[in-house]
Amino acid sequence: MDPMAAIKQTFFQECEEQLVELESGLLRIEDGDDDLETVNAVFRAVHSIKGGAGAFGFDELVEFVHVFETTLDLVRSAKLAATPAVTKTLLRASDVLADLVRAAREGGSADAGAVKIIADELNALLGSAPRGNDEDDTISVDALDFEPVCISLDSIFDLGEPDAPATQDFILRFKPSAGLYAKANETLRLLRELGRLGEMTVECDLHEIPQLTELDPEGAYLCWTIHLTTGVSEQQVREVFEFVEWDCELSIETADVGRLLEALQESLEPHEAPAAPTVVAEPMEKRIAVASPPTSYAAPSDDHPAAAKADAAKSDGSGSVQATIRVDLDRVDRLINLVGELVINQAMLSQRVSEAGLSRASSVVIGLDELEQLTRDIQDSVMAIRAQPVKPVFQRMSRTVREVASMTGKAVRLVMEGEATEVDKTVIERLTDPLTHMIRNAVDHGIEKAEDRIAAGKPEEGALRLSAMHRSGRIVIEVADDGAGINRARVRQIAVSKGLIPAEANLTDDEIDNLIFLPGFSTASSVSNISGRGVGMDVVKRAIQALGGRISISSVPGRGSTFSMSLPLTLAVLDGMVVTVGGQTLVVPLTAIIETLQPKKESVHELGSGARVIATRNTFTPLIDVGAVLLYRDEPIEAASQVALLVESESGAKCALLVDAIQGQRQVVIKSLETNYGHVHGIAAATILGDGRVALILDVDAIVARPRADMIVAEMPVAAE
Amino acid sequence: MSKTILTVDDSRTMREMLMLALSEAGFSVVQAEDGVHGLEVLEKATPDVIVTDINMPRMDGFGFIEGVRRHEKHRGVPILVLTTESDGEKKDRARRAGATGWIVKPFNPVKLVDAIRRVAV
Repeated sequence: MDPMAAIKQTFFQECEEQLVELESGLLRIEDGDDDLETVNAVFRAVHSIKGGAGAFGFDELVEFVHVFETTLDLVRSAKLAATPAVTKTLLRASDVLADLVRAAREGGSADAGAVKIIADELNALLGSAPRGNDEDDTISVDALDFEPVCISLDSIFDLGEPDAPATQDFILRFKPSAGLYAKANETLRLLRELGRLGEMTVECDLHEIPQLTELDPEGAYLCWTIHLTTGVSEQQVREVFEFVEWDCELSIETADVGRLLEALQESLEPHEAPAAPTVVAEPMEKRIAVASPPTSYAAPSDDHPAAAKADAAKSDGSGSVQATIRVDLDRVDRLINLVGELVINQAMLSQRVSEAGLSRASSVVIGLDELEQLTRDIQDSVMAIRAQPVKPVFQRMSRTVREVASMTGKAVRLVMEGEATEVDKTVIERLTDPLTHMIRNAVDHGIEKAEDRIAAGKPEEGALRLSAMHRSGRIVIEVADDGAGINRARVRQIAVSKGLIPAEANLTDDEIDNLIFLPGFSTASSVSNISGRGVGMDVVKRAIQALGGRISISSVPGRGSTFSMSLPLTLAVLDGMVVTVGGQTLVVPLTAIIETLQPKKESVHELGSGARVIATRNTFTPLIDVGAVLLYRDEPIEAASQVALLVESESGAKCALLVDAIQGQRQVVIKSLETNYGHVHGIAAATILGDGRVALILDVDAIVARPRADMIVAEMPVAAE
Repeated sequence: MSKTILTVDDSRTMREMLMLALSEAGFSVVQAEDGVHGLEVLEKATPDVIVTDINMPRMDGFGFIEGVRRHEKHRGVPILVLTTESDGEKKDRARRAGATGWIVKPFNPVKLVDAIRRVAV
């Protein structure tokens, strides 16, 4: 087969692969994937088709691909947002591209009308996006700040033919810099190329060569003067230096112009000599519009190694050679359940053995210890299967930042840290909404408008930091802005006006900051469509708490706010406090517990109607007898003989739960009560303990909520007075 | 002995074309699929000239050029980048990364060989 025909076949095969890559990438983008590597892969697919199409002269294809590629380049450099409308157009463009490739292969032609419609849409997108100088390679004249002047030599001197002379004499002065050699260019080769153009004499100026002791072996010390007589134009002479014009000083003048200048200079004496009409190609940097980095992966343009490394690292993770298998989530969950059973069984076995009174040195006990370690390792490994990096969620946030920043007209830079931190898939899925809301809030309310920032002496561009890290068996996610911080006076005023706190309440800064988490609190004077439809931070807090997490805020006026969320790494196991209530064993989620107290008789006060409060650190906290709420006993028990767990519910209400005794702290496997029995008020789930008994896991919110509602009703008249 | 050219391009079509044009011009050709692969190949091969694409997965042309310029053994090898006429910015970045010169795509074999001849000893 003709080699070119074989390559053409390769080209069409590759086109098919690229088209698949293109479409799947665009679909991912449509689904909200704004991973830079996805956009890059999409761009590369189109770029690659263009390269081949150009080489084979498929002009119709090239013309369309060029527009498509240019549009994608804007998306890639974040000059054009991949909005649903834009993505839709890009997807349709990929369909047209597929048609064009097919037409090229079969020698036919595609539906010109359809091609034109999409090409026009792409062109419209191109027209709407700002275009940087870097798009245009013909800027050199502007960039040089150089006015080309047409000098007609004939009008001054009669130099003969108006047409270019058959041969011309050039005088070149060429001084290479060290950079020229560093890029593997060589003076010798340039001279050799010049020699091909005509007759030349070369002089080398050695004056700058230093003493041997001072000589830098990689330095550049030579200066060359070349007299060249050639039939080619100055342009062609200049082309010899095409690759090195930034790394040398070069002047090219025609001998005629040289003579002309001398003549001019003589006639103009004693006036100052006019600037020589020679073009001096000095080292110069084109002004390049560097788009603000859309993600942390876009390093500054001068920072290639880091960018390349990041690219390499990224594709290592998403490349086709990755050794992964897809497994149905149900199967993983079944495995997790079984491991849960294993953990329970192992715990039961341990308990039986210890009850049998075997010596700690006995082989059975030692073997059992090893089994326990193994079981724990298996559990960790299985949990790791469900663990995923937070990166996809984080990257979705960069899109949110872009959207809100553009809607509010603010410049915001999102910095992400610890994207590789892993957490349970379910946690990740349920994190997206609260995180989106917090990011929107931070951009909308946290970061000030550009003029306010400048007035406050801050950089015009706001900085938003989104970070994730593992800390003592939990994942901590922080959203930090460098905005104005919480306006405490305003927050307080709103809280008072909404009846959330009494007007005379004495609150610390921290307590004021945390008022924003109260239900019904919203600092926005109008409900904007950015920060949500009247959804406040209380919803965020509830969502985080539903995941067994906690959220807190710290704010410094003028310096910004930091929201910190601490979440469990998995929802399959729970750290719990095992307690005894009325002869029953219950588990209280550790995340809800603030502290444990030993109530003193004098600190417990009766409020009448059976309600009691406990005095803790100058505040009164409702005291709830868990045994009474769960109907384990009819009469509330005497508090002084009990242990109180100070807990905080999702709504932020604090409460002291009265239990009989604390057995200890333990990690328990969560078993759904609903799937095995039915919903029970006050109970969140169940678990099986080491002795084989079922223990119920307390639903702290449900326990706290009912009496709390009573309390609020009771409080209201007080606040109104 | 014929000169050896290392071509670095993620497109199979492009690699085959370069192979055809260069081998017809009497060069020996070694190929790599991206920057990372290119640097791996350099551990074994000793090319006289490198021709590299810019847009590549894993490691792009810029990263590759910088890698070569830091390479103890190969830092002096002339590198030509394949670029398009319209992309001045890429040409500029490639130059700053240490590219010796460039070849404008779609290349024609004569210009390709000419550019290689210009930078090779």
